[in-house]
Formats: sequence, structure tokens, C-alpha cells
Amino acid sequence: MRISRRILAGLATASLAVTATSCGGGGTSGSFDDTVTVGILHSLSGTMAISESTLVDTEKMAIEEINAAGGVNVGGKSYKIEYIVEDGASDWPTFAEKSKKLIDQDGVPVVFGGWTSASRKAMLPVYESKDAFLYYPIQYEAQECSNNIFYTGATPNQQSEPATDFMYKRSPAAGGDFFLVGSDYVFPRTSNTITKAQVKQLGGKVVGEDYLPLGNTEVAPIISKIKKALPEGGIIINTLNGDQNVAFFKQIQDAGITPSSGYYVMNYSIAEEEISTIGPEFLEGHYGAWNYMMSIDTPASKKFAKSFKKRWGADRVVADPQESAYNMVYLWKQAVEDAGTFDDNAVREALVGQKFDAPQGPVEVMPNHHLSQTVRIGEINAEGGFTILEETGVVLPQAWNQKHPSSKGFACDWTDPSKGEKYKL
Amino acid sequence: MELLLDSLFNGVAIGSVLLVAALGLAIVFGLMGVINLAHGELMMLGAYTTYVTQLIFKLPILKPFYNSYIIVSIFLAFIVSGVVGILLEKTIIRKLYGSPLETLLATWGVSLILQQFVRSVPLAYGTGLVISLIIGLFLPTTFSSKIKESINFKYFKFSSWILAALTGVLTGGVISSTVSKLSRASARNVDVTAPSWMRGQVEILGTAFPKTRLMIIVITLISVIAITLFLNQSAWGMRIRAVTQNRQMSDCLGISTEKVDIITFGIGSGLAGVAGVAVSLLGSVGPNVGGNYIVGCFMVVVLGGVGNLLGTVLASFGIGIMTDLIGAGRLLSIWPDMPLPLSNTINFFATTSMARVMIFALIVIFLQFKPTGLFPQKGRMVEN
Repeated sequence: MRISRRILAGLATASLAVTATSCGGGGTSGSFDDTVTVGILHSLSGTMAISESTLVDTEKMAIEEINAAGGVNVGGKSYKIEYIVEDGASDWPTFAEKSKKLIDQDGVPVVFGGWTSASRKAMLPVYESKDAFLYYPIQYEAQECSNNIFYTGATPNQQSEPATDFMYKRSPAAGGDFFLVGSDYVFPRTSNTITKAQVKQLGGKVVGEDYLPLGNTEVAPIISKIKKALPEGGIIINTLNGDQNVAFFKQIQDAGITPSSGYYVMNYSIAEEEISTIGPEFLEGHYGAWNYMMSIDTPASKKFAKSFKKRWGADRVVADPQESAYNMVYLWKQAVEDAGTFDDNAVREALVGQKFDAPQGPVEVMPNHHLSQTVRIGEINAEGGFTILEETGVVLPQAWNQKHPSSKGFACDWTDPSKGEKYKL
Repeated sequence: MELLLDSLFNGVAIGSVLLVAALGLAIVFGLMGVINLAHGELMMLGAYTTYVTQLIFKLPILKPFYNSYIIVSIFLAFIVSGVVGILLEKTIIRKLYGSPLETLLATWGVSLILQQFVRSVPLAYGTGLVISLIIGLFLPTTFSSKIKESINFKYFKFSSWILAALTGVLTGGVISSTVSKLSRASARNVDVTAPSWMRGQVEILGTAFPKTRLMIIVITLISVIAITLFLNQSAWGMRIRAVTQNRQMSDCLGISTEKVDIITFGIGSGLAGVAGVAVSLLGSVGPNVGGNYIVGCFMVVVLGGVGNLLGTVLASFGIGIMTDLIGAGRLLSIWPDMPLPLSNTINFFATTSMARVMIFALIVIFLQFKPTGLFPQKGRMVEN
């Protein structure tokens, strides 16, 4: 085990060295004063490996880009970033154990890692007890605000709330009833609690909800419920997990639940990567909501997609989670340079207020350790991408959701010692 | 009426998926008593066979026949899973008859190996390997008995395995160079798209039914009828039944129990392959696809009564109809103004997760009263 880790780290450094010399271009690769080693912790094996490995690829690319541009400058010295990749193995306790290893044994100043909420919840106590720092890149259910985690994914008010609003007011099924479908775990259930409260506020009606146990692909009972609850069509909010989406969309299409018969599905877990797996022919005409979509027509977005394809292969796509992972590496670099040290506490202070011109547009770190982001609603097209229909301005993150009954009226602010994790507004 | 028809159809649809998946296991576990935890992975091989067939039928030469690829893949899946099953029986299970715990562990190991195999071996070479297995296992059996009796038979056998290996490598190479999607190993789930004539709905008696579901029901029906006829009408079927009832006596009477074991296991595994085709029409195809069904399969076989096909059929349709009744909250629409506490209870269980809990609970209660299932094996079992 020990040896394999060393080999892995060795390989990582070797590949870094190769790319640094091959695309460094400016001859900066040889002129670093020192190195700093960061941790990358995602699942490289098990069920989550397919999704999480794309984040490792993106984070490596961001680090290579930073190194090629001269590394991190702290106190007048330039540091080359090196990384140790650890495998969380789709097993939540392993995430906690590997976090301990990265912090104690390798002494990394920062860990970029996680995907599922379960893995984050397992890692959280480790980072809090050791006062270390985790950067977490995935859109999630919020209802959490740790002083030791920095969240670059969307909170529900930056994804599901604008999406629900769009579906009820401006989609072809506007004014229709809602049916909620999700996989049976924490994210869909929390997200749907928020959606139900929001639909009620909007004056709409949720006529049914159902959760598919993870691994189950028998959608027939759900389909009969949808048909019974929405006989004339309506809005379906879908928070199913990866593979279950394939079963769901294949079977609802066969059952005649399609956009042409008045059923519109809004998806919170289907990005470009998933569209290509499920097949655009099953998804065309349905919707998705994200902060970043590959079809954003700006130079920053195109550059991001282009460099990713150049680095990892022309058939690869970039999606929202990858963009978040990319942003967090850059934001960390900026904060370290501003703080003038790698020390956690100084970096944490410097981090709030950092701005970055991300592929999605400008983002800024807020006092609650989340990002202000742009929300986009897209219609899935036959080419397997999103046709962007709407774009909000910059939306501020709510760590404590204002529609969820348990967190209404609360907020989080780590810059003010009297407020902290959860204070009453 | 429409409601009843719809509910019945849904129950039968869910049940037929369970049945087609459990049918092979009913034979392997029911007739032979082998706890085969790799059954799900044999299904997975069937599903991957469908995927490979689909891609091969997209080649220009076969393009005109693309619409019929699903029919072809049913037969291919039967052969592929059957051959892998026969290999499994010949190499591992045969040595473990009479020791169920060891069989359980060994077949679980095999299931892990098969899962990793499809993750890390390009499907083109996987196909090549299966083809060489088919040739290597069956070519020697086509030799005339004169050759078989000669002392040089092992050379013939050896050379046919060499031929098999060469053919396998060749087909693997040809497929990987013509179908680029099969040339790289990937842990990513793949997708089987039903041909256009199988997508959408048909209207029967004023109710619309999805065609893929009807197709699965048809596949299941044909499999059940074929296997019943085989077991009850053919000579080998009779031998299989004889060995099931009394292995030693059958052996004494000149039945080759070794051959019977191979055939039984091969057919059971082949049926798992057919189930794989059916399952690939419903969801995505991945290394874990079979694992999702294995618990359900054992549940159906145990509930139906080990060793009884009719029991398996009734148990799967029973579970299917119950799943729909509970999971979709049907009772409420049949009897809309039932008292509040009752309707609240039904609503509580009317989600997919809770319906599962309820059904397992019902099965546990049922097995308390009838531990041997719906149709227990009658008569004296000699083997202990």
C-alpha cells in the first residue's frame, strides 16, 4: 500500500514534470524557488469513479496551467504546485481516513476533494478537528456551513430555485402541476423539501413525489403514478442519480411521457457528461439548470473547453462540476498569494472576497464560504448539449436555505466572530 | 376496467422481468441445488452481448438487418452466457458439489472477476475470447466417435483449442479495428437502444402499453414455454428430472450425471443471458447491472418453492402485482373513500422504497408459515 502510494505520487510528479516542460513554453519550469504539495482526494475506483475522475483531470489541468504561468508567488518566492492524488474508493469512511493521511502525514495545506454529500459529511469532522481546509466542488443541498470547508458548487437557491421558478412561470408547461422524482438519499430529499415549499409560495401544486432506492431500475410504479397524477401533462422535477436516469428516461419515453405530449422534465443532476451516456434522443426537449454549460459562448468558456480537450482528448466534454473544480484551484492560488503565506487561517481570511473570471463568468467568494454564481437554464438539444434559454445575474449563495422550514431566517458569516456558522437574520 | 387492466399489465410487466431473471436460477438453484451468486453476472454478459450485437449490426454490411438485431442477440446471449456457464461448471462448480458454502464463496469470487473483466478488457477482445471458448469447447464434441476413442484424441483436442485461440484473436482484432467503440476498455455504462419498431406504445382495448414491456413479456413467455417443454418432453429433460430426484439411482441406471450437470447448468446460464437482453431494454448496461437483480431472483425462487417452475412463475407474478398495488397506491384509486387511518397507511407505503420494505416483510411472514415456499418439493430426496 505504502509503495503503491509512493509510485502514484512519483507518477504524478513525473507527469507534471513532463507537461510542465512540454507546454511551459516560457521556460519557467526550471526557475521555481520552492515547491508546495496539495492534496487531491476523489474516488478513482468504485461506482463514483466515472464522475469523480473527471474532477481529478480538471484539477490537474488547473495546477499545470498555474505552474506553466510561473506557479504561486508567496512572499516574493515562486512555488511550483505539486500534488498527491488519493483514492476515496467510493467509500465514505475511506474519504475521512485519506483526509487524515493527507493532513497529518503529507502535511498538505489544502485538499481538493469529494463529490457525494455522504463523502463530505464523512470528511467534515476530520477537517474541523484538525483545523485544516477542504475545497468541495459539487452542487449540493446546502444546509451546512463549515469554517473548514469551502464550497464552490451551487446551493439550491443557485440552481433548483431559479429552475422551479422558470418551470412554473415561463416553460411550455407553465402553471402546471409538479411531480418530484429522485434517488433515495439526502440530496434529492432535501432539494425536494425546498421545491415543495417554493411551489406552494408560487401558488402551484405538487401532486406527487417518489424516490427510487439506489440501484433499483424498476420505474413502472412511478410511471403509473405520474400518469395518474398528471393525466394532461405537467412538470417533473428529476433528481435521480447517474444510471437510474437511463432507466427512467427510456421507460417514460416508451410510456408516452414526452415533451410532445406535454410532460417537461427539469433535471438537476444531468450535465453534458450524463447526456452523452443516457443518449440525447431520450432527453431532447427536457431541461437542465447549471452555473456552467459547455455551450456558453464566451472566450473564457471556450478556452476552458478547448484546453481540457487538448489535455485529455478531443472526445471529452466539460461540465458544471469540472468548472467548479477548476475555479477552486485558482481561487486558492489567489488567496494564498494575497495572504502571503500557506497558513490555513491567513488563507481563510484572504479567501473571502476573492474574485475570479471563471468560465461561467465572474464569481466571488462570500463570507459564508460559498460562491456567488450565475444560474443558467438550458434546453437539451439533439447534439447532446444545452441550448441556453435564460441567464440570471449573479446570485448570492444561501448556505441555509430560506425556503426550507428548518433553516428559514438563518444565515452564515465566518468573517464576523459574533455570527459564525448559523445566526438569526 | 381500464384501471384494472392497467394495473394487471403493470404487475405482469414487473413480474415478467423478475421471472425471466429468476428462470435460469430456478433451474440451477432449484434443480441442481447450486447457489450461483454469479447468476447476475451471467445476465450482465447477456446484456453486453446485446450491446456488442447492436454495434456490429451498425456496420455497413449488416445495416439493412439492423432492425432485427434484438432477435439475433437473444440467441447470441443464450449461447454466450451458456458457454461461460459451462466453463464455470467444468472448472469450478463440479469440484464443489455437495458443499454449498464453498460454492457460494467461489461463485461470488467469479462474479467479481466477471465484473472487473468487462471493466478492464476491451469488449472486442472479450468477444474474441468468448468465440474461442465456444470453438474450443464444442469443436472436440463434433469429432466422430472413432476419433474420440483413439489414443490420439488429446492431440485433436489440443489442436482444436489452438484453432479456437487463433480464431478468437483474429475476431477480436477484426472487431476492434472496425468498431472503434469496442476497441477500448471502459468502466462507463453503455446503452442499448431498442430498434424503432420496438419503441413507443401500442393500444390494446383502449389502453396504451409500452412496446418494450410487451417484448419482455413475450421473451419471458417463450422462455418459460420452451423450458417446460424441454424438461417434460425431451429425453434430456427426463434425465435432468431423474437426476434431480435421485442422483445415485439415475447414475446406476446409466444416465451420465456429468453430462446432465453440464447441460442443466448451461441452460440455466443461457437463460440468464436471455434475461440480460430483456434487462438491457429497460436501463443502462454496466458491470453492476446483474447485481441489482440477484436478490430478487433468489427471493422469487425461494418463495415459489425450490425446484418448482410453476412456483417460480406464480411467485414472480405475485411479487410483480403486489409491487404495483402497493408501490403505486392502487387500492386508493379502487376504493377512494376508505377510512382515513387506512388510507394514510396505504399512502405511507405507496413509494418505491417503502413498497419494497412491505413486500419483503410480507414474504418473511409468508415463509414463517410455509418455509418451503408455495410449492414444496414432494417425495423423498435421497441426497443429503
